[in-house]
Amino acid sequence: MTCLPAKTDKALGLVIDLDTCVGCHACVTACKGWNDQGYGAPLSDQNPYGSDPSGTFLNRVHSYQVVPDLTGGVQAAAQIINFPRSCLHCADAPCVTVCPTGASYKRVEDGIVLVNEDACIGCGLCAWACPYGAREMDADAGVMKKCTLCVDRIYNENLPEEDREPACVRTCPTGARHFGDLGDPDSDVSKLVASRGGYDLMPEQATRPTNKYLPPRKKDRPDQASLLAPLLDIQATGFAGWLDKVLGKL
Amino acid sequence: MHPARSVIIFTVLSGLGFGFLAFLGAGLVQPSGWAAFWLWGLGYALAVGGLLSSTFHLGNPQRALLAFTQWRSSWLSREAWAAVAALLCLAPMALSDWLGLGLPRIIGLLGAVLCALTILSTSMIYAQIRAVPRWNNASVPAAFMALALGGGAILADQTGLAVVLLAASGAAMAWHWRQGDQAFAAAGSTMGTATGLGDIGRVEVFELPHTGGNYLLREMIFVVGRKHAQKVRIIAMACAVVLPMVCLLLLPPFVGLLAALAAYLIGAFAQRWLFFAQAEHVVGLYYGKR
Repeated sequence: MTCLPAKTDKALGLVIDLDTCVGCHACVTACKGWNDQGYGAPLSDQNPYGSDPSGTFLNRVHSYQVVPDLTGGVQAAAQIINFPRSCLHCADAPCVTVCPTGASYKRVEDGIVLVNEDACIGCGLCAWACPYGAREMDADAGVMKKCTLCVDRIYNENLPEEDREPACVRTCPTGARHFGDLGDPDSDVSKLVASRGGYDLMPEQATRPTNKYLPPRKKDRPDQASLLAPLLDIQATGFAGWLDKVLGKL
Repeated sequence: MHPARSVIIFTVLSGLGFGFLAFLGAGLVQPSGWAAFWLWGLGYALAVGGLLSSTFHLGNPQRALLAFTQWRSSWLSREAWAAVAALLCLAPMALSDWLGLGLPRIIGLLGAVLCALTILSTSMIYAQIRAVPRWNNASVPAAFMALALGGGAILADQTGLAVVLLAASGAAMAWHWRQGDQAFAAAGSTMGTATGLGDIGRVEVFELPHTGGNYLLREMIFVVGRKHAQKVRIIAMACAVVLPMVCLLLLPPFVGLLAALAAYLIGAFAQRWLFFAQAEHVVGLYYGKR
């Protein structure tokens, strides 16, 4: 049944540190690489070397420019923030309840939202219901693809222990991605969220996401428009200074 | 949202078909003999043809029967049940009218209620989606229901009822547009809440995550033709509401019905196209688009 479980034993999910992410897209590539093999239909590409390439991905990294509000009439410099976007494994996942076939479900044991591809008719309604764009229909297989939290890695005893985490987390070169049980207040990820003020995306959509985002840390010199500003204020001296004065008077 | 041809055809034709079947079932038109065969046949053809059209946008239509399993949570599943129940329930009534079996009209009345439930379920598939604020309100079921029943009344040759229902349809349409135009702002989702970075300042797209298109952009962030929205609204209102009324009231009976039906179909397709094309999904915020 696509009714949501009232409670899950664990709430496995990701914590993504927007302060640390450098936007290298390694998580995107690792995700695509791992999910091309093993679990479910491979993430296909259409026309990959042609003029209009397109493909299925479970993780996308956006880059935003955030222009801080004026503080005391001073415009602080814009910040560039890289923003990985994937399934948030919501507690109130709207994608699950709309599914007419029971293909979409949320697991009671760990809270992972999964698609049973053998039951998916490819109607696309779950992708419509998701506010976060976490689901993409595979154009080749005609079934809905989404982040599985690498369910075929995290419990896989054939892998060395350090590899039993989602491919995106394992590969992240800056340690901007963390994996764990967000339902347990004493877990490392829960403590991280508490200490850094982790937040939900689009809380007004009432999805209660499991994944949390850590905000960029505050700038230590917020009032300075640019660190290079003093260097750009060039004063002509000597002969050039004299010339500047004379030409200014003409 | 991408206005998929199969879904537009499905919602318009099925709506018209179930609207018409409701009138036949309720006994507001009571044809007999071969007239009954053809009229009931037309109702069934529209309803079933629309339902079949909807399967064309499925990635794996061979598993469509599984859509009957999740009626507890899914409006799409409920629609499947309501449609089949209505079609089955009305079958003896159709046979009774055709062959003069004289079965009690209560069967037809029950079928008419099931037809209305089917139209309601179809509309709720859209109205339930919070991520599309323009759809997430009561104007959607009202507009779907009034449009379907108005079309049914035209086909049923009920001039008086048709004029009332078409007027209701026009009012519901206007309500949906008015409500819809304010819905996105009222829902409160912005690039700031989508990224959670709104507390820092104004969020703008610096670079997109991919240079090519993808499913999200094609399916949810469809913006083609929005600039013509006002003109399409006028066409929809004129063709689906005003013209059919004029045709039914002023033209001679049968010619009037055909002209009203033709205008209604053009208007209904225009309205339904707009229903999808104008609907903004909040995922567009991540791409700096609506």
